[in-house]
Amino acid sequence: MGIVKAADVVYEYIRRDEEGNVEGITTAVDKVSLDIAQGEFVAILGHNGSGKSTLAKQINAILNPTEGTIWVDGMDTSEEDKVWEIRQTAGMVFQNPDNQIIGQVVEEDVGFGPENMGVPTKEIWERVEESLRAVGMYAFRKYSPNKLSGGQKQRVSIAGVLAMHPKCIVLDEPTAMLDPSGRKEVIRAVRGLNQVEGVTVILITHYMEEIIHADRVYVMDQGKIAMQGTPKEIFSQVEKLKKLRLDVPQVTMLAYELKRRGLALPDGILTAEELADELQKLRA
Amino acid sequence: MLRDITLGQYYQTDSVIHRLDPRVKLGGTLLYIISLFFFSNPLGYLAAAVFLGIVIKLSRVPFRFMVRGMRAILFLMLITVVFNLFLTPGREIVSFWKLTITVEGVWTAVTIAVRLAMLIIGSSIMTLTTTPNNLTDGMEKMLRPLRVFKVPVHEVAMMMSIALRFIPLLMEETDKIMKAQIARGADFESGNIIKRAKALVPLLVPLFVSAFRRANDLAMAMESRCYRGGEGRTKMKPLVYQRRDRVAYLCLALYLAVSITVGRLVWLWI
Repeated sequence: MGIVKAADVVYEYIRRDEEGNVEGITTAVDKVSLDIAQGEFVAILGHNGSGKSTLAKQINAILNPTEGTIWVDGMDTSEEDKVWEIRQTAGMVFQNPDNQIIGQVVEEDVGFGPENMGVPTKEIWERVEESLRAVGMYAFRKYSPNKLSGGQKQRVSIAGVLAMHPKCIVLDEPTAMLDPSGRKEVIRAVRGLNQVEGVTVILITHYMEEIIHADRVYVMDQGKIAMQGTPKEIFSQVEKLKKLRLDVPQVTMLAYELKRRGLALPDGILTAEELADELQKLRA
Repeated sequence: MLRDITLGQYYQTDSVIHRLDPRVKLGGTLLYIISLFFFSNPLGYLAAAVFLGIVIKLSRVPFRFMVRGMRAILFLMLITVVFNLFLTPGREIVSFWKLTITVEGVWTAVTIAVRLAMLIIGSSIMTLTTTPNNLTDGMEKMLRPLRVFKVPVHEVAMMMSIALRFIPLLMEETDKIMKAQIARGADFESGNIIKRAKALVPLLVPLFVSAFRRANDLAMAMESRCYRGGEGRTKMKPLVYQRRDRVAYLCLALYLAVSITVGRLVWLWI
């Protein structure tokens, strides 16, 4: 069993009217099963309302599945006395950087998690330093979060989770509110964590460019897992992605169109370099 | 820009007073204010003024910053002085129409003015040399014994520091909403007070909605980082008394002893 495992997870939002009578039930997550191994970089892709955020919150035990079970490092997330241990094992980074920074100084915010865990003062400082260095924000440790850019704030949030020494980090659309350069910054930091620190990363996003470096991709639609595989496998099915209302990266789209017009290109080209190489080969 | 506003009136510099433990400053200010009400002769005030002067000098904060705080209560001060001047019975100096100025009246008016001025300056030294964050920390630690009476000290301190963190954000948001409404023809500047207050409704509603949304997000983020109240929590920057804090307490005790002795007893001997 991997670090995060889900078996037939169902999550239902119950809508009620003013008297509290049930008006309707929305199934946000519908019989989802997945198994993520320690050290993997997994991306969960889907458009708005596909249930990906609901799934993420269940990994962190913020929500509990209506049916089915999620295990984090072997612990059942619905067991109440394990909640804090689960949250420590699978840290979570949210979408809005402003609404998840608690401290008034960068270093104090990063220290918030370890403080809650009851880590001794001296060790908190060590953890804060190493986490800030891991995301490249050590130089800003004395800054007020209000003076940082969106990408920097989001890196501080990641450091805040990292300081809790999690085995796994769940990032719930961490780049949705950032500009392109901030997005790149954050994705670079996330990849660094995965490759250098060996932290399992579950990246939830609707930007296709961000999943290129993932080991495995799950595509969600209407609460179900619609596709899964390596980025290459996913991107080779351009038609299906379009049907799921997902944008394919420009390069992949170009390669796909060229292939349709008769050029002998392979499926699932992800980067400009790759396409250039393939085109060179065709000329030769 | 709005983002750069400093809350309270902290004056950034490095001085002995700045580096003191916030508990010393809180306690010191409180004792200083109380001491001002013990004096019954000018010598006590002189002692208090000398002490205040030394602290101001040590704090390296320009004097005009402290006087700034006085402007707010100038009116209040004027009223109390005038009332005391004219309405205190006693030995008459001058009298015209129905108003009389008495020796006792002059003495009380001057005392009250001096007392208020020193009180304001004394407490503004505390806010000028302590960051709001530090102040909250100090209060939390000082009020900890109140937990016995089920006062949620940690929670209140946490609320204060979160409020401090979010005030600049909400101010920026207010600015944004205001501009958005102005762009759609809202008018915040003309009309009488009632009309202006009414114009604020389309500003306040979205502001509250967004504040609640932020609160919800923040609560989730705090929980996911294992926040579960003050129990079993350690501190990244615990407040520990240093040598300078002990020295400061000693100075404070010395001041209290001297000022109260001269302020109360000497009068009897003369």
